Amino acid sequence: MTTQGKANAPAKGEIVLRDVCKSYGPRRFATGVIRDCSFTAEANRFTVMIGPSGAGKSTLVRLIAGFEKPSSGQILIDGRPVAGPGRDRLVVFQETALFPWMSVEDNALFGPRARGESEASSGKLVDFLLGKVGLLAFRKHFPNQLSGGMQRRAELTRALVNNPDAMILDEPFRGLDAMMKKLMLEYYAKLSAEQPRTNLFVTTDIDEAIFLADRLLVMSHIPTQVRAIIEVDLPRPRRYNDLFHDDRANEIKMQALSILHEEAMKGFSGGSKAAGDFMEAYRRRVAAG
Amino acid sequence: MSDIAANAPATGRSNSIWARRLIPDLATRRALIAITAALLVWQVGATSGSWLGTPLPIIGAAPAPDAVLTAWTKLLGDPGYWQSWVSSLLRVTLGFIAATAIGAPFGLALSSWSIFRGLAFPVFELLRPIPPLAWVPASIIFWPTQELSIAFVIFLGGFYTIVLNILGGADALDPRLIQSARSMGASRWTIFRRLILPGVLPSLGVGMETAIGVTWEVVVAAEMISGGSSGASASSGGGLGFFIWNSYVGGAYPNIVVGMISIGFAGYFSSALARWAMGRATPWLKRT
Repeated sequence: MTTQGKANAPAKGEIVLRDVCKSYGPRRFATGVIRDCSFTAEANRFTVMIGPSGAGKSTLVRLIAGFEKPSSGQILIDGRPVAGPGRDRLVVFQETALFPWMSVEDNALFGPRARGESEASSGKLVDFLLGKVGLLAFRKHFPNQLSGGMQRRAELTRALVNNPDAMILDEPFRGLDAMMKKLMLEYYAKLSAEQPRTNLFVTTDIDEAIFLADRLLVMSHIPTQVRAIIEVDLPRPRRYNDLFHDDRANEIKMQALSILHEEAMKGFSGGSKAAGDFMEAYRRRVAAG
Repeated sequence: MSDIAANAPATGRSNSIWARRLIPDLATRRALIAITAALLVWQVGATSGSWLGTPLPIIGAAPAPDAVLTAWTKLLGDPGYWQSWVSSLLRVTLGFIAATAIGAPFGLALSSWSIFRGLAFPVFELLRPIPPLAWVPASIIFWPTQELSIAFVIFLGGFYTIVLNILGGADALDPRLIQSARSMGASRWTIFRRLILPGVLPSLGVGMETAIGVTWEVVVAAEMISGGSSGASASSGGGLGFFIWNSYVGGAYPNIVVGMISIGFAGYFSSALARWAMGRATPWLKRT
């Protein structure tokens, strides 16, 4: 199941969540976003979180990254509790977080420079990575001169230069056109095979999820918990266009979709009794007819 | 330009071929027509006393454009006129530099340290509604020299503007940028130097452009008030504001308009200079 690169790589970057809860607001009126969420993103494996929109997945990302603290529960990285942001877990956000006043090159070199690392070696790594993503010709450009897809690639480069143990990607390819998304997905899957690390990927797109994942975590609606864990035992390397010719892939997709549908319905009808009544009536009609 | 404009119809369209060939841009053609029309109205109205018999209300009392032009050509050779320019420009420059040098760190401190913000911002906000010009009498009492009292008032004008703009810019910085930097191991100082400082530059630019405008307003008024009322001599007071006031008192009415237009030019060029400088400092804001 593993590809050649992974067999010899040290297993680092394992992320463990134990009974994590997060609520916002003063104690009596607290909104519980995450409740008793537990899972493990195994080292050097690709774990994908999929769930309905607004389900607290981004909050989980922020907790794991160390930007916020959980209300209760534990988050461990390689066995150590997460105490704050760190270079062992880097996040690529949904919307670009490139520094607008720095060129692509300066953005990529920011991490090594900030830590005082030698520019000779990090420079070479930046060149290599920029070459792999096809941005070498744009190294002096500013982010606002790049298209959406190019910005995403630049941001990946910036994170990967720091060689984190774990990469956390929060819907990074959302909003890209279908062609670019497919290219980015295949590129990132290939990269992860060549340079193994722990990947935690968040998405709402089931095709994307199954293409990338070794393990699929199907998340519930708010308050967020893990509803199901599905091992995606499809062989690698995977081709995006052919993926769903495979029976096993479709099986996994159906399994995940039925749970997601349930959870999405909860969100949809959760606020309005009229909507809930409608859903119930529709369900009865479908069952009867 | 006046020949062409004089031949153009006073209202509406200039779609004739020669006009379109000469000045191809529609917006420019319209602008030129409007400006010329305004000048004509001014000229006709201001001289209405002579050709109409009785002067028209309001505009009849204004100095005519040709009188203004004559006065201006005469003033161009007068060193006192240029001295007023220099005095005002010096005041604006110094006041502006002081406002930026003190206002920018103050604004950054407000955004960086919440304790400082909690203590200093309320006082700042209580003082801010007091217009800088209202400070003139107090300023004259408190400061030892007249120049310092004018300078203080000028400083206040720019100071509030710059602090508010910097504070707004720093508050609006995307927190995810800071988070990303912290994740990558940047120290607080690195974040300040490489994230916050460049991040507030655009707001500082806006603040500086606005502040220059405010500073000019305050300079002119401060010169009129303190230069005129204390009867200062041209060496200690002076400036374009004083020039305008003096022309009024002395009955040289066309000079008033010369002074006004001069200040308009000076303010425009100062703003343009600030805008150019900030444009150079923020290359990433240019759209390709």
